[in-house]
Amino acid sequence: MTSKLAGWIIALIALVALPFVHRDPYHLHLLVLILIWSFAYTSWSIMGRFGLVSLGHGGFMGIGAYVTALLWNHLGVSPWIGIPLSMVTAGVLALIVAYPCFRFRITGHYFVLVTLALSGIVLQVITAIRDYTGGSLGYTPRRAGGSSIAALQFDDKTTWYMIALAVWLAGLVIWRWIDRGMISQAMEAISEDEDAAAAVGVNVTAEKLKITLISAMMTALAGALYCQYQMFISPDTVSGIAVSLQMVFAAIVGGVYVALGPTVGAIITIVLAESLRIGFGTSAVGWDNLVYGVLLVLFIIFLPKGILGSVIDRITLPRKTPIDKTSVDKTPADKPPRNHEQETVPSARR
Amino acid sequence: MLAVEGLTKRFGGFRAVNNLSFRVEQGEILGLIGPNGSGKSTIFNMLSGTLPPTSGSILFDGREIAGLAPHRIIVSGIGRTFQIPRPFHRLSIFENVALAAFYGQGRHSRAKAEEAAERALAMVGLPTDRHASVEGLGAAGLKKLELAKALATGPKLLLADESLGGLDETEMDQAADMLRRIRDELGITIIWVEHIMGVLMRVVDRVMVLDHGEKIAEGLPADVAGDAKVIEVYLGTDADASLAAAVAEQARRRIGA
Repeated sequence: MTSKLAGWIIALIALVALPFVHRDPYHLHLLVLILIWSFAYTSWSIMGRFGLVSLGHGGFMGIGAYVTALLWNHLGVSPWIGIPLSMVTAGVLALIVAYPCFRFRITGHYFVLVTLALSGIVLQVITAIRDYTGGSLGYTPRRAGGSSIAALQFDDKTTWYMIALAVWLAGLVIWRWIDRGMISQAMEAISEDEDAAAAVGVNVTAEKLKITLISAMMTALAGALYCQYQMFISPDTVSGIAVSLQMVFAAIVGGVYVALGPTVGAIITIVLAESLRIGFGTSAVGWDNLVYGVLLVLFIIFLPKGILGSVIDRITLPRKTPIDKTSVDKTPADKPPRNHEQETVPSARR
Repeated sequence: MLAVEGLTKRFGGFRAVNNLSFRVEQGEILGLIGPNGSGKSTIFNMLSGTLPPTSGSILFDGREIAGLAPHRIIVSGIGRTFQIPRPFHRLSIFENVALAAFYGQGRHSRAKAEEAAERALAMVGLPTDRHASVEGLGAAGLKKLELAKALATGPKLLLADESLGGLDETEMDQAADMLRRIRDELGITIIWVEHIMGVLMRVVDRVMVLDHGEKIAEGLPADVAGDAKVIEVYLGTDADASLAAAVAEQARRRIGA
């Protein structure tokens, strides 16, 4: 345990020191993107790992980005207030959509369809109110001129790297906090059998809403950060179904049952998109989505625990606890390692 | 402690439970028997909140609980098992029970929940090892787990649904003894639903017999076992009188009456 902790501390120091050692702005840019998207994918996986597969997270991300930017441009509200407001907005919307779903037991594929509609609606609204949002042409937060803490605009990439790193770490801490908490076991129970979970006293609707709320608000934060960093957002890059699908893809490819799984997913997707862009230029626009689609199918079939989940399993698998047969039953039993070993991906669970 | 008045459940035009009234006294074991489809499980589902009643009242400790959400009923002190065990396969045996202890007792402390889980597991005779998998349990083990989960929620009233289906004779007797021990040692009142009359009659204080959602008999096991209507329900009208007498006699012997 202590060696693991030491590993984390060393890795953290290395990550913090990195921009002072390696100053290549392009590489730093990629790292910032990876960290922000990792945080978004981690947010998605907080729900997704419990079988609550949402295709609505593009919507939450869009709300985070657009609400923050609109408040700043039109009302002069600092992102320091705008971001929390955008997170609350996303949270309220998540509750409005999720409460009826959970209350009336809309689960599995039907839940996915409802969230898919949410993505679509947010995208349509952004496009429809183009007088304010710029529609599909995109939107730029007003420049504060140079670096400004109040406007949360920074010219130098190192600052952004540090912000993104801190937020990404916070995401991992939340992920782990949930993973270690009783809510994680309650959610596992709920995803298996809602009636049986209720019969041991779990408030099924409330537990699902908590997870959804945390996940949606974190995703909005990711959207807002992306907007502040890129200083340009368009419905396609921060919202809509494509972004939602990208989250599902990256989280599943990396592995939703391990803390760093979504981060691995982000590294793969962003490196893939960048290499396609550099290797093939404009002729490869959209190819990354094609590759995602094919890979997603392959992963769901052959590597449902994701890359990191499978690697960790490979390393730690011979860890079986035999059961005390005399006091229980006839069948011998091995305890399969639990956290990241579900037999199928969440979307295929029900 | 439990007073049920005019409880009715309709599924469309079908009355699964029809205008049923009964009481359960503190510390007793009430047996609930009846043929398949007589409404036993429906009653349990209404008592535990899994199904809302169509009409009627359920007073538990003087509080109306009819139609409350299941988790609120569980937290208020009613524990239940399911006829077919419904363990959470992705959790270990211990985690299954600890989850029940944590949420069933109002989410106080995890450490306390784990202690309660250990006690419940020890009570039913399952290992308290933290990692033992549910997959290692057979029919009897799963029933024990089901019982441990219900006990871990800290019930004052335990609804034990068909606890013995699929067990052999020895296992049945052990399970029946366990229910009695749960009452005697933990002071938990029990309503026990069971197909198998013989074992049940030996343990319960009182029996209620259901047929087509209505109460057809209620009383001491010895009296009910000899009741003509009960014999008719279980064996049919054309049943040989001597056979009926033999069944009644066998039941009496098991009770030791």
